[in-house]
Amino acid sequence: MRIKRPEDINSSEITDESLYINRRRFLAAAGVLGAAGAGLLACNSEARGSSSDSAALAVEQEPEDKLNTFDQVTSYNNYYEFGTDKEDPKGNSGAFHPQPWTVRVEGLCKKPGDYHFEDLIKPHKIVDRTYRLRCVEAWSMVIPWQGIPLSDMIRRFEPQPSAKYVAFTTVLRPAEMPGQRRPVLQWPYVEGLRMDEAMNELTLMATGLYGKPLPNQNGAPIRLIVPWKYGFKGIKSIVKIAFVDRQPETTWNIAAPDEYGFFANVNPEVDHPRWSQATERRIGEFRRRRTLMFNGYGDKVASLYSGMDLRRNY
Amino acid sequence: MSVLRRVKPIVFVVCLIPAALLAWNFWGVIHDRPEALGADPIREAEIFTGLWTLRFLAITLAVTPVRELLGLGALAKYRRMFGLFTFFYACVHLSMWVGVDWFFDWRAMGGEIVKHKYILIGMTTFVLMLPLALTSTNASVRRLGGARWARLHRLIYVSAITGTVHYLWAVKKDTLFPLIYLAVFVLLLGFRLLEHYVGPLRLRKTSRPARRQTSRPHAGLTGAAPGSSRAIGDAK
Repeated sequence: MRIKRPEDINSSEITDESLYINRRRFLAAAGVLGAAGAGLLACNSEARGSSSDSAALAVEQEPEDKLNTFDQVTSYNNYYEFGTDKEDPKGNSGAFHPQPWTVRVEGLCKKPGDYHFEDLIKPHKIVDRTYRLRCVEAWSMVIPWQGIPLSDMIRRFEPQPSAKYVAFTTVLRPAEMPGQRRPVLQWPYVEGLRMDEAMNELTLMATGLYGKPLPNQNGAPIRLIVPWKYGFKGIKSIVKIAFVDRQPETTWNIAAPDEYGFFANVNPEVDHPRWSQATERRIGEFRRRRTLMFNGYGDKVASLYSGMDLRRNY
Repeated sequence: MSVLRRVKPIVFVVCLIPAALLAWNFWGVIHDRPEALGADPIREAEIFTGLWTLRFLAITLAVTPVRELLGLGALAKYRRMFGLFTFFYACVHLSMWVGVDWFFDWRAMGGEIVKHKYILIGMTTFVLMLPLALTSTNASVRRLGGARWARLHRLIYVSAITGTVHYLWAVKKDTLFPLIYLAVFVLLLGFRLLEHYVGPLRLRKTSRPARRQTSRPHAGLTGAAPGSSRAIGDAK
């Protein structure tokens, strides 16, 4: 029998699920939590939903959040640039080259320019953030990301006061991204956030998951994570960040404006015109769960939308 | 006796393969192969059974055109079988939604049907298929009379369209495959309408003059189940 010596073990294997999976901690935090413990973020008190639906939740105890496996996170993806089936991104992204990579920063800021991926990342501290991801198609996962708080990155570019929005663009490479050869969506994919949303402490520029660099199918080398919004806001393989003064166009809103709005906040009370958003299926689970307002992150983000009609601003 | 008649039991078993595959994979998900149906097995099972319902519907509707074009009279015997397999896969599809997806939460399902048009039209499709399955016996044909029976069974074309629209409305954006199914159904319906106005279309005499001389040229019209071969155009 062959006994593995320490040098035989890939370091990435060590940091794998063993480090992350700890049901007790999920029970305690039940929302956002740091990979090594609940201490990284001080948001443990939330995740019981907004007060409006607490009565309904009392009927049925909310099940705990468990991490989805690395396999689930990397084999069930919506990344139309690699095809529209859930298995397509894993199958069709092998020829994609996430390195070398350059991100162009432009618009209303004092430090525009072309930043090499390494230079973009280097000045920042990489943080662990485990978030629920709620897809607009009514399924969800819990994923341990690594990345840089977008607010840290934005401060570095010194946006001007006139910059009200941040616009993002995905790379356009039909040769490496077979999905871009069909006009299913308008390419390249574009997304955007209001400046206060971009500066929110939860908003993350992810560069890794499960302690490994982002796999191609998950948006390598750098993607956006906005955990209180539907997954399509999390634009992948970003090559451009622009500071603008008007609400930017967003891909799904262009494709079907009556179905996908600019804000796209997770909201169980506002259904998609064709299907319900009241419940979701956590990948790996059998029964549906109740969807939480702002995906359970209401105490951190609800104030961003006070006074707004969320039914109209869907 | 034609080969087509003799292989019918084999075709029956072949039609069960998708269901067997699904059962096998479900067993795997519960036991030793958690990834047998992908990361979202319920959704996968719903898509799988829904697509097979549409495929069997297309096969069922293709029987008469193929039979007439190629002069394969014995094919008439297959139509009821394919039609009932369509209904069978529709039943599995609906059971998945009711029993597995929503876990018999009747109130929630009621809300889904009322609020969401893709669910509503899917349910409509099932309701349209129900009387066709129930009147699929020879006795029903006799009781209704061939012409009335045939008129009722034209509903199959309505359910083909509503079933495809159900599929079309269920997908988020990439409508290529739903539109392909729709094109197939429009083609099949178009063939029957063309025959209705132009008269019977035959390929056999020109393409294969001698070989099929032995098969009865109009077996379909006098086939065993009275009226079973009739549909649009024949009912007059």
